[in-house]
Amino acid sequence: MHGFAGDTLASALLANGVSRVATSFKYGRPRGVVGHGAEEPNAIVQLGQGGASVPNLRATQVELYDGLDARPCSRSKAQRLAGTFGRFMPAGFYYKTFMGAPQRWTAGVARPTALWTASEHVLRRATGLGRVPAGNDPDTYDRFNRHCDVLVVGAGPAGLAAALEAARSGARILIADEQAELGGSLLDGSYSLGGEHASKWVADAVAELASSADVDLLPRSTVAGYYDHNFLTIVERRTDHLGLVAANGTRQRLHRVRAGQVVLATGAIERPLVFANNDRPGVMMASSVSSYLNRYAVAVGDELLLFTANDHAYRTALDWQRAGLAVAAVVDCREAPEGGLVDAVRGAGTRVITGHAVTEASGRRRVTGAMIAPLGPGADSLTAAPQHIACDVIACSGGWSPTLHLSSQTGTRPRWHESAVAFLPGDLGKRALCAGAVAGARSLRDCLEQGALAGATAASRAGFGSGRTTFTAPETDEPSQAPSRALFLVPHPKPVSRAPKQFVDFQLDVTAADIELAAREGYTSVEHVKRYTALGFGTDQGKLGNVNGVAILARTLDQDIATTGTTMFRPAYTPVTFGAIAGRDVGEFHDPERHTPMHAWHASHGAMWEDVGRWKRPWYYPRPGETMQDAVNRECLAARDAVAVLDASTLGKTDIQGTDAAEFLDRVYTIGFRKLAVGRCRYGLMLREDGTIFDDGVTARLAENRYLMHTTTGNAEAVFAWLERWHQTEWPELDVYLTSVTDHWATTALVGPESRAVLARVCDDIDLSRDAFRFMDVREGHVAGIAARVFRISFSGELSFEVNVCAQHGRQVWDAIVEAGGEFGITPYGTEAMHVLRAEKGFIIVGQDSDTTTTPHDAGMDWVVRRNKPFGFLGDRSLDVSDHRREDRLQLVGLATTDEDTVLPEGGQLVDKPEAEAPVPMAGHVTSSYHSARLGRSIALAMVKSGTTRLGDTLHCPLADGRTVSAKIVSPVFYDPDGERQNV
Amino acid sequence: MLLIPCPFCREDRSEEEFSCAGEAHIARPEKPAELSDHEWGDYLFMRTNPRGPHRELWVHTAGCRRYFNVLRDTVSYEVLVVYEVGQPPPDPPGGDES
Repeated sequence: MHGFAGDTLASALLANGVSRVATSFKYGRPRGVVGHGAEEPNAIVQLGQGGASVPNLRATQVELYDGLDARPCSRSKAQRLAGTFGRFMPAGFYYKTFMGAPQRWTAGVARPTALWTASEHVLRRATGLGRVPAGNDPDTYDRFNRHCDVLVVGAGPAGLAAALEAARSGARILIADEQAELGGSLLDGSYSLGGEHASKWVADAVAELASSADVDLLPRSTVAGYYDHNFLTIVERRTDHLGLVAANGTRQRLHRVRAGQVVLATGAIERPLVFANNDRPGVMMASSVSSYLNRYAVAVGDELLLFTANDHAYRTALDWQRAGLAVAAVVDCREAPEGGLVDAVRGAGTRVITGHAVTEASGRRRVTGAMIAPLGPGADSLTAAPQHIACDVIACSGGWSPTLHLSSQTGTRPRWHESAVAFLPGDLGKRALCAGAVAGARSLRDCLEQGALAGATAASRAGFGSGRTTFTAPETDEPSQAPSRALFLVPHPKPVSRAPKQFVDFQLDVTAADIELAAREGYTSVEHVKRYTALGFGTDQGKLGNVNGVAILARTLDQDIATTGTTMFRPAYTPVTFGAIAGRDVGEFHDPERHTPMHAWHASHGAMWEDVGRWKRPWYYPRPGETMQDAVNRECLAARDAVAVLDASTLGKTDIQGTDAAEFLDRVYTIGFRKLAVGRCRYGLMLREDGTIFDDGVTARLAENRYLMHTTTGNAEAVFAWLERWHQTEWPELDVYLTSVTDHWATTALVGPESRAVLARVCDDIDLSRDAFRFMDVREGHVAGIAARVFRISFSGELSFEVNVCAQHGRQVWDAIVEAGGEFGITPYGTEAMHVLRAEKGFIIVGQDSDTTTTPHDAGMDWVVRRNKPFGFLGDRSLDVSDHRREDRLQLVGLATTDEDTVLPEGGQLVDKPEAEAPVPMAGHVTSSYHSARLGRSIALAMVKSGTTRLGDTLHCPLADGRTVSAKIVSPVFYDPDGERQNV
Repeated sequence: MLLIPCPFCREDRSEEEFSCAGEAHIARPEKPAELSDHEWGDYLFMRTNPRGPHRELWVHTAGCRRYFNVLRDTVSYEVLVVYEVGQPPPDPPGGDES
């Protein structure tokens, strides 16, 4: 197919005689282009193939380029399947069929029926429009943060006038418009301004704006979202009009704008008229017929019938005549229309049929004629039988609906104005103004004047100019216009439920009968009806159908439209590519990784990785031919029998100083720190105020008023924020200074019976002997020649030294320790072996073995809790609340499976009687579970109701595959219960 | 996205730099041990959740990391007043705020 530069895909398709562009969503009916802009519900296309493919574009907004490859989004086998049985789908079909009818005797949630389960994969493909692109998007995208004094949304007559006035005040202006050219509706119609074609005025205005240094013009830029405090997002399409993939530079930019003032000049969208078979290709919006004729030189048919409720649409009949084409008739639903435009059409000899309406479109694949009949006074009946008039285009205009999507996104409820027959934006406060058609202006002159005033006012509110406008609107050629008639549903000789389908929402196939049915079934809220019928739920957000739907609902409920109200619109105004939202935050920038100083060593030694928060931690180091279990077994045995080394740099570290540091620690930990000697360490539990375990770790007293706190890796930021909060809000009088030093130190944990011997090879200024360097001591000295803090602490139950050095020396010290350990068979181990070693000792991992309901008592950790401190500690009081003293709480226990080789699944549910009838009461759940190489059997930790009093009982864990594993409740300490191994 | 004037940085900064820490002026009882379970539960869990001006605790997480109080309208989302922790809560400004 061929087109011209400046064509849209829609205008080119129409010029090439393509009248059917889609198959409808539910009923499989042929659909043609209806509109010419963002409102288009039918001509939704997917461009290109592979990773660059873009779904969900309106052909009316796709600019033509050489080699453009498009297909309807709706074309798929699944789609056609939905079509074949679609005629039996009333409103609420999905809900009724797939969720099951509400059952009175089963309180609770409706369950998906078997039919849903069986058809889900077919319907999931059929719903939604377009396919997810296969592969990565080859394009790049940018995200900008911007500021301006005045943001003007829309560059039609009102927007341009606003920008001109605001710019003259010296304010910084951004003006954005979704079209390729600025000018808005002036591009579509045959308007004259100041005695010349309106395009001259547009060109002059754009030239003046472009010459101003403080104005940024953004064509091809859709203001997609309007959020709190004048934060707006603009999607600028930089290269979409040149091809699928940007030849160079970025394809799209997302401007994140914080505007001082916003002028919404978003215009209005023409409203369809609802009559039988009004979805036939050839039924279009009147303004769209004019736009294709005036702007693209495309006649969308041969013989036009205009069906209108207002004067403005008469322009379409005039445009059509001027092009030398035949107008079959103008059907005006008003009894006695009069005015300049009506006279002009009559004067040209066109037949104007007043007081009539089109009741039905004839033709199957495309319009071949219209049935018209005289309307009764209330517009709810016909006073004579319909007559046929031949035509191949029915141009419709039910009036104009202000484009109030952006104003509505701010949370402002639109208000119905009976005189304007439209919802208008509600109160926008002091940071935004509306101007032009969106504010209800009906004439070009009003649009220009409102725009200029809004521009001057906005600039003045932003601190520029007086707010008075010097603008004089150019002369317009507008005859006076008579009021429109409110007509939302054209009556048919048959009742709505029996008449051919009268479409309200084309994209989702919602008919007038669906809305009436919803109301009859008891839905009275417009928001509920929206969800029940899917009215306005499409990607077009009901830009065409919403007002008609609301009005039909109001009539069915016998209330006025103001009472019924309208649904809210949400971002984005038109669909936004994920690329624009992501910007450069893709690939390695999507979620930054944290690496320890020893990362490269781990990578070169074949480490498999575990993600812990943002950290990459070695999980295990498989040797050739080893399974994960083989590697973990080997690493565990090395730590138990010889010496092993772990990169523990990721542990959270907070340096705490000040004369009240001890007091502060006393308040945040369950245990006391006041009497801790300098050079000693102590394990503490941190509780939330509700008494549950928040974090744990070892804190060392480095000096009289200086402590180093260790937190869990994943909780480091949260704990630091927690400490800051209590210090700043409740205890500002405490002399405490907190510094996060997590990244400042690299930690090499040397573990195992030979660890002392290895450390002695690289450290000669610390006495490492058993009595000089006791368990829970910290010493300062040098390791491999680097100043180091060495902690004798253990998370494995073995003799263990943790060597902390400045991060930049971390790799050097690690290398030296590994080299020194060579002759002892030193083995690097990862987080999996670390977990097995600690589980063998019954040490909990906060957040794995505990959850947000676990108290120290539940975890068997009363030994860390000092209830007699003068101030108490956070969470102290909660330990005494009645619920926390229940005896049937979940408590930490060990589990030994009857079959020693079966490893229980973590998260597995435990029951007492697996054969009992469902629902079987839960006794608890498995929290940690491993194969222990040292013990030669499976071990697990679990939280079990009243667990600590049930030692020796047998529980059962039913598995998904039907098997049930039984296990005996044992002490959580499986290995070396007296702690003799670390006391050497 | 809210625009919040940080009283310490003295700049209007974007909401994404801040975190809300819940209702402000929830003072920790001085003698928790003397409270009944019910009274302690009120301190832990009960919040006002008003429609209209609401006193909230915010922290400039990605900025100065200072906590401060915000009087914010939960309907219009207007930030009415910001003030430092420890200062008494101001009255909501009356009149024509929109």
